[in-house]
Amino acid sequence: MSFGKMSVSMSRLVASAVAALGLMTAAPALAEGGAAHPRSGGFSFDGPFGVYDQGQLQRGYKVYHEVCAACHSMNLMHYRNLGDRHGPFWNPKYPNPNDNPVVKALAKEIQVPDIDSETGEPIQRDATPADKFRAPYPNATAAAAGNGGAAPPDLSVMAKARHGGADYIYSLLSGYRTPPAGLQIRPGQHYNPYMQGDLTPFWTGDPDHVPEGGFIAMPPPLQNGQVTYDDGSPQTVDQYAKDVAAFIAWTSEPKMVERKQAGFGVIIFLLIFAGLTYASYRRIWKGVAH
Amino acid sequence: MSEHESTYVPKTGVEKWLDTRLPIIRFGADYMSLPTPRNLNYWWTFGGILALCLMTQIVTGIVLAMHYTPNVDLAFASVERIMRDVNGGWLIRYVHANGASMFFIAVYLHMLRGLYYGSYKTPREMIWIIGCVIFFLMIATAFLGYVLPWGQMSFWGAEVITNLIGAVPLVGEPILIWLRGGPAIDNATLNRFFSLHYLLPFAILGCVVLHLWALHSAGQNNPVGILIPKDRAKKDTLPFHPYFTVKDGFAIILFLILFAVFVFYQPNALGHADNYIPANPLQTPAHIVPEWYMLPFYAILRAVPDKFGGVVAMFSAIGVLFVLPWLDTSKVRSMRYRPTMRTFFFIFLVVGVGLGWCGGQLPDAPVIPGMASFVLFDGEVNSYLWLTRLFTLYYFVFFLVILPFVGLKETPLPIPATISEPVLTGGDAVPAAAPASPEKKG
Repeated sequence: MSFGKMSVSMSRLVASAVAALGLMTAAPALAEGGAAHPRSGGFSFDGPFGVYDQGQLQRGYKVYHEVCAACHSMNLMHYRNLGDRHGPFWNPKYPNPNDNPVVKALAKEIQVPDIDSETGEPIQRDATPADKFRAPYPNATAAAAGNGGAAPPDLSVMAKARHGGADYIYSLLSGYRTPPAGLQIRPGQHYNPYMQGDLTPFWTGDPDHVPEGGFIAMPPPLQNGQVTYDDGSPQTVDQYAKDVAAFIAWTSEPKMVERKQAGFGVIIFLLIFAGLTYASYRRIWKGVAH
Repeated sequence: MSEHESTYVPKTGVEKWLDTRLPIIRFGADYMSLPTPRNLNYWWTFGGILALCLMTQIVTGIVLAMHYTPNVDLAFASVERIMRDVNGGWLIRYVHANGASMFFIAVYLHMLRGLYYGSYKTPREMIWIIGCVIFFLMIATAFLGYVLPWGQMSFWGAEVITNLIGAVPLVGEPILIWLRGGPAIDNATLNRFFSLHYLLPFAILGCVVLHLWALHSAGQNNPVGILIPKDRAKKDTLPFHPYFTVKDGFAIILFLILFAVFVFYQPNALGHADNYIPANPLQTPAHIVPEWYMLPFYAILRAVPDKFGGVVAMFSAIGVLFVLPWLDTSKVRSMRYRPTMRTFFFIFLVVGVGLGWCGGQLPDAPVIPGMASFVLFDGEVNSYLWLTRLFTLYYFVFFLVILPFVGLKETPLPIPATISEPVLTGGDAVPAAAPASPEKKG
């Protein structure tokens, strides 16, 4: 290995840096165990050029609003965000999403707690686009008390808070199945092959074939036909799970499309800049032995 | 090489006035014309890359601090607010978060370059030691910064690392409480970590100034590793600008492409998903792992069965670097001419990456799944625990045994008398003096 004469192969240097990095970043991921590998949701936003599908985000919001929001908060989201660029109800006619009539109408349907500015008494009023998504419980203790002792997690950044992101959410929501015979289900728990966990203590079958997955406190949340779609999309658990996973991917990374688009320009610019600099380098060092 | 003659001539009246009062333009001009060994390869470009990394972290960090709230109830949401509602905030935060990883990639390569080419040997010991101080401050700064978003890994990482100090006999417990600002990690901890995370980068900056001062005083090392004799200076060196500004510049742009790929396309790949779960002191994550750049040292910590012993081993792993100039007994700097040592160096490289790998695994997990083994002392031989111990052993043996011993016993290859010898085909191919305006030449 000619470690000493590297001036010829900068590419090899970069490649080895990337390889070393890959090795090291793979390590923490491998320390996870026990769960089935998430299925791909085939999302429109996969890959370096993928963008959100606005129709899917709208359906996903509907599923969130009608199903998930009964138990899960989304404290980082405001109704105005629904009208943001690349969001579910973005309309170029309303660059300020607070003016977006669809967003205003959606917010108006919802009652949020407030303090009366005259009397100081707690009241309920119509939400405005500036309001945060209404949380289903007044506080974490109430959330835990209403759900067998475990508060349902906030979903705002859920796609970033789990390995596998949107694919994981899709797989988990559509992946509930009958527990394999020999698995003792704890009360208030449900079997899901995509949930992290170790089922060994609850498994009475062949100890070499402990089923993958874990227990989850959330009962299967989606049923076929539960949410009405008006765009002709199939009203199935699989479709609901995909749509709401896409919606949560958007709430987790609302600037993803801007990020990818900016990145494309930045990298093209850097490649051209690198070419020009290399040409300058060759010219300056021409005839200079080194 | 610092004593090279100043060629700066103030032209305008203002420059002349300034030059007699504060010769700052002369300082910059002298820096730019600094005679630099002509044979520096691309492994020498990481100094410039690191300077860029530090400035990027400081600039993005200052902007983030304008929007961040160091309070246990608000910190997590304030970081997400930066990502959502601050103009360009997602970019600033992702550059800062990934910038830390880029900084460490560059610093590890920079240090390995120093190790391979013997850049720490006389008269450059101070450059190396200040570099070690910078590395230590970088680890501290990165750890403090990782706590600030107040996610699960922030909190539990802080818990694990501060607990290490508690393992020190007698004084550990009071220091732990003093460091945390209370008996547990809480708002006081977050506030002081924020304050220190803002302070330490400027301490690093100060050390960088010393690092460069020492470098320009002792002169740069080079791949051949010999000191350039005074009478060869003209033939063997080139002015820093434009020769090395353009070479460093090209390397920096390639590095930025790697940086951009992470920032724009894999911004969270180098972090841990659990850090997007708000910190919960009542719920321990399944696996607490530090950021990738800490994993080799985390592995060494876990390799020792005794908690305090582990802390001593981990700090020794960094501490041993400080005395490296006195552990290496060889007079030959560059490992190009030390074939035996070179082999041990590449094993060290593999071991270092291996330690990082082990740091991310569960200690009890088998290295080769399904392979039968036996229990040695406190663990299966076929486990990451024992692989980590093997690697840890090599890590210390490399510095404490191999470096001193091989230096005394080996027979190095013949070393060229000048750095031009391996570079040039014949003496007359050397331009008499390095052209100051190469663009007119070619």
